[in-house]
Amino acid sequence: MPEFLDDRQAKLNSFRKNVLKKDTSSIPHNIPEGIFVQCEGCQTAIYQPKLDELNGVCPHCGYHSKISASKRLSIILDKNSFKEIDHSMTSLNPLEMPEYQQKLKNATDSTLMNEAFVSGTGKIDGIKVAVGVLDSAFMMGSMGSVVGEKVTRLIEIAAKKSLPLIIFSASGGARMQEGIISLMQMVKTSAALARFSEKKGLYISVLTNPTTGGVAASFASLGDINIAEKSSLIGFAGPRVIKQTIKQDLPDGFQTEDFQLKHGQVDLILERKMMKSTLSQLLKWHKKDGAKS
Amino acid sequence: MMDIQNSAWEIVRLARHPKRPTSKTLIKELFPDFIELHGDRLYGDDPSIIGGIASFNEKPITIIAQEKGVTTDDKIYRNFGMAHPEGYRKALRLMKQAEKFRRPIFCIIDTPGAYPGIGAEERGQAGAIATNLREMSQITVPIITVVLSEGGSGGALGIGVGDSVCMFENSIYSILSPEGFASILYKDSSKAAEAAALMKLTAADLFQLGVIDKIILEDVGLHINYQTGFNHLKNHLESELFRLSSFSPEKLLENRYLKYRNIGQYHIE
Repeated sequence: MPEFLDDRQAKLNSFRKNVLKKDTSSIPHNIPEGIFVQCEGCQTAIYQPKLDELNGVCPHCGYHSKISASKRLSIILDKNSFKEIDHSMTSLNPLEMPEYQQKLKNATDSTLMNEAFVSGTGKIDGIKVAVGVLDSAFMMGSMGSVVGEKVTRLIEIAAKKSLPLIIFSASGGARMQEGIISLMQMVKTSAALARFSEKKGLYISVLTNPTTGGVAASFASLGDINIAEKSSLIGFAGPRVIKQTIKQDLPDGFQTEDFQLKHGQVDLILERKMMKSTLSQLLKWHKKDGAKS
Repeated sequence: MMDIQNSAWEIVRLARHPKRPTSKTLIKELFPDFIELHGDRLYGDDPSIIGGIASFNEKPITIIAQEKGVTTDDKIYRNFGMAHPEGYRKALRLMKQAEKFRRPIFCIIDTPGAYPGIGAEERGQAGAIATNLREMSQITVPIITVVLSEGGSGGALGIGVGDSVCMFENSIYSILSPEGFASILYKDSSKAAEAAALMKLTAADLFQLGVIDKIILEDVGLHINYQTGFNHLKNHLESELFRLSSFSPEKLLENRYLKYRNIGQYHIE
């Protein structure tokens, strides 16, 4: 009899060790809130850590969900190569717009970022680049004074150090709360790109989901090479505004990356998993002697 | 507070007054020998933007102007001053032409915004405006810009980059319409008057913010009598052309770059 019990205990331990610890599709009943996310493409619930491991690409339908600036940099850059600049630049409230400061604080609290744009230098397969990423989680990645200034400074650094420039855009456009000052950032960034281009600098613009408004109508559209990432809404006016204006339904696939490719507005569409290797290849073809570190 | 609110909204209403003259009238008054040049050489001719050459003080000048239209039919033909990409591309073509022949450029802004439509998106509205911003920052002849009535967002900016930017006293220049702003801020577009007061969109506001260089006074208002206002603009254009003609192309571009480079307020710890 004791032999039988020992045997049973051993089998139970083995079951616990080999079966229960393994990844299973059954859902434990004590899941914390928000651990599953719904794919925007196919509506399937996906285990968040799993989606994170897949860099935000849905394992079922291939939809590319939005990712944070830090995640983007970790996917694109060589490990430990990123050196951030202008980290501590923060927004003021030049028009004294009510609730703007609170909105900024909320954005900072939820994203742990000082502003919507992260910039610096880093390496892609050993090639040094000036790189910037807009994060749509921070006030829709909108461009106010800080984003405009940081983008401009990044372009100026790329020009000064003869580095190729790569900017990942994800933005609803100019930041409403800074009004006309936001609008003027469109000129500021575009003018800086004109100077960079005169110095024969390479600028690759990567338009990710979503890239619209004042960001689309300035630096995001001005790449020597414009790349659209899969699953991206790209355009000048938002679909809601267009629908209200023309008072008719929008065609299927309007303002998608395929739409932009078909109408000649972007050079190519890339899946996220191909982004680094493709950028790397493009950088190699444009490598210049004399880049300063 | 009430006064400021009223005055901002009052200016919005004056800027959109049905009797306020449009660009065509301004061109007729200031540049009677104007010859219009059409088309972007790529797709079509956009009637929302008028371009051409005229003489001013016996010297040639290129004119680029957004036209909202006057009668109902004309307004529809002009698409209410809301340009498509081909309008921006025509403007740029004519600005490059002005640069080639070394004549200054005068831009007249009057638009609710760039047209938000399917065709405009298909033909690259964002890219067309972006390209103009980049190219206008590098054009080596003087560019003088006036906001006649309404400067709506990126659509205005697409022909609005200049060495000298002025606004008529009762014009507005903003990131979006007060109605649009109200519908986002208050979820209610009928609160446009309140939104207008917050937005800092009048000539006086923009002058104070350092975004424009000069306010052109209107006397009784352009909608009642435009002669005085147009004369003020003429004098301003004369003096600015004279001032800017003394700069070398390099100096001109440097100043233009710094003008926009310095706009923005931020904090660094």
